[in-house]
Amino acid sequence: MTFDGKSTTKKKISKSTLNEWMWGYIMILPTFIGLMVLNIIPAIQTLILSFQKSGSFGKSTWTGLDNYKKLFQDPNVLQATYNTFKYAILVVPATAIISLVVAVLLNKKMKGVSVYRTIYFLPMVAAPAAIAMVWRWLYNSEYGLINYTLSLVGIKGPNWIADPNVALISIVIIGIWSTIGYNMILLLAGLQEIPRDYYEAANIDGASPIRQFFKITIPLVSPTMFFVVVTSIMSAFQVFDVIFMLIDQGNPAIEKTQSLVYLFYKHSFILNDKGYGAAIIMLLLAIIMVVTVIQVKLQKKWVNY
Amino acid sequence: MKKSIKKLISTVLATIALGSVLTGCGGTNSGSKSSSGNVTLTYGIWDKNQEPGMRKMADAFEAKNPGIKVNVEVTAWDQYWTKLDAAATGGSLPDVFWMHSSQSARYASNSILMDLTDKIKGSSLVDMKKFPSGLVNLYVDGGKNYAIPKDYDTIGLWYNKKLFDEAGVAYPNENWTWTEFLAAAKKLTNAEKGIYGFGAPMDLQQGFDNFIFQNGGKVLSDDKTKSGFDTKEVKDAMQWYVDLSLKEKVSPTQTQFAENNYTTFFESGKTAMGLFGSWMLSEFAANENVAKNCDVAVLPQGKQRATLYNGLGNAASANTAHKEEAWKFVEFLGSEEANKIQAESGVAIPAYEGTSEAWMKTQTKFNSKVYAEMLKYAVINPNSKEAVKWQKAETETLLKAFTGKAPVNETCDEVAKKVNEILATEK
Repeated sequence: MTFDGKSTTKKKISKSTLNEWMWGYIMILPTFIGLMVLNIIPAIQTLILSFQKSGSFGKSTWTGLDNYKKLFQDPNVLQATYNTFKYAILVVPATAIISLVVAVLLNKKMKGVSVYRTIYFLPMVAAPAAIAMVWRWLYNSEYGLINYTLSLVGIKGPNWIADPNVALISIVIIGIWSTIGYNMILLLAGLQEIPRDYYEAANIDGASPIRQFFKITIPLVSPTMFFVVVTSIMSAFQVFDVIFMLIDQGNPAIEKTQSLVYLFYKHSFILNDKGYGAAIIMLLLAIIMVVTVIQVKLQKKWVNY
Repeated sequence: MKKSIKKLISTVLATIALGSVLTGCGGTNSGSKSSSGNVTLTYGIWDKNQEPGMRKMADAFEAKNPGIKVNVEVTAWDQYWTKLDAAATGGSLPDVFWMHSSQSARYASNSILMDLTDKIKGSSLVDMKKFPSGLVNLYVDGGKNYAIPKDYDTIGLWYNKKLFDEAGVAYPNENWTWTEFLAAAKKLTNAEKGIYGFGAPMDLQQGFDNFIFQNGGKVLSDDKTKSGFDTKEVKDAMQWYVDLSLKEKVSPTQTQFAENNYTTFFESGKTAMGLFGSWMLSEFAANENVAKNCDVAVLPQGKQRATLYNGLGNAASANTAHKEEAWKFVEFLGSEEANKIQAESGVAIPAYEGTSEAWMKTQTKFNSKVYAEMLKYAVINPNSKEAVKWQKAETETLLKAFTGKAPVNETCDEVAKKVNEILATEK
């Protein structure tokens, strides 16, 4: 009897919850289908593809770990991994810091604040390809605005996109410039959720604005900051479009600037070796996963919820 | 806070998902029967400039073959191959479409293209002897014909008359050798004004390959198993070509070409001479500066005369639902009548013997007839199954020589080694 009683109570609960669950699932279904069809299934297919030597028109042969063996012996992959890390290390801290400073400044009550916010956000709205083209003109060593301005003060500007030692920096500058706006908006949202009371209390206690920034603003905005850093790192590791638009095939700087995704593009779509391309992208996935796991572990040390 | 982040993420994802769905809805179509029971063929091409000419040929075909309609479908070059690749995988190819030599071997060897060998033999309209043999062979795989030549292109020497006049140099003529060419380039170069005599970019078809053949060298051995880059003829030609920018300084360097490509240099009057294929004619005619000041001549000669030629072919899908009709259309496109129509449209040089005169008559802006005249001694653009791969290996390796980081001689040996490895995988 006790057994029966248990099962009936269980049934009773599940009937109402089941209904609730069903609606829950129906509600997330559109996003779920989108994720499945556009992200998860292709990701699994890419993994499978990375073990194959791809022939033309979808005919592939299983080659086991051959692509990965080739991958770890390919000096271009090593160089591209190095380039990708260098790009991420230069871009992420700079965007995080600059966008936080801009967000704090634009969080003030002042005239025309929405105009400034719009201006900072504009690069996010423009197409990356268009941005890269505009920068390409700015960077032009002979006719570009940047070197012209430098020449006015007597400095001979470098060859921004064709000098192997400078080209990556040029790409980093575009990377920082184009992501500040987006991160700034996120941080602004985070800042506005900080209650005013804390600042008032701090004012009464005589804390300076700088001290308030470090003791109130930074700890309380840290969850948003964490999100910003994680997504910035991911997108930094996936850098491609700016490099593709800025650096032509015959550019002497190509070796020092090509990222892992660029290499993936080259092998998959120019050389038509989609299996090897898939292996490169798997390497990138592994790198991003490791970096993200490390960040999630580290967040306990600096993120305050 | 957490909630709003989650909300944000899901909104972003939903937007991305929706965006991809919308862009994914691009039209796909293939030949299908129209309502009246007639057959409609799709003709896939990539050049918008040639669409009117192709339409005229299709009209003439429709007039002769009642009951068959032809849709000319233009897809820009950049998307053409991606789309064709996907269509071939999914079995929804256009019934008839343009083929390019860089892709044909891959398509033919995978049975994507209709085998035309026997059909051509039995045809009264098409005779393969009427086409340049190099062109015909571009579309032969395993002894079988997979496409009928449509047109051809060659490389010519373009020059800026205004810059020649200013420097007091006589225009290029057909007796020019490398020596006269280099002497003129030196006189034309004006470092102060930033004007160069010639543009010598790291380009194969519109660059050093022409000079390699003029020097008696070969890019590939005749049986396509070995690279010619470790031979003296090729090395000498490459040394001479690289020296144009690094030693003689009559050309911008590869670093400069990284910022502005060689076409831009020529179009803006910064280089006085340059090699350009006949496919550039319509672009140059539309460029104000070039149309006013520039013209084209035959290439200067080295040890021998040579220019590269290449051409498109018309191919049919192996799996089309209308095999008979598709062949009929390909056959018509390869006939003298269709080639004459193509000639009169003036955009591409028709491949059929004797029809290029009609094309020459349409060329009033430039001395473009040299393009057709050079066919006599033209060499077919080096080609093999893995052409894309070894061409990429060539340029990637040669970059060191073009930037002066490594001697040309050694780099050429390295190129030969890499290309040989790739060629070995073709068998």
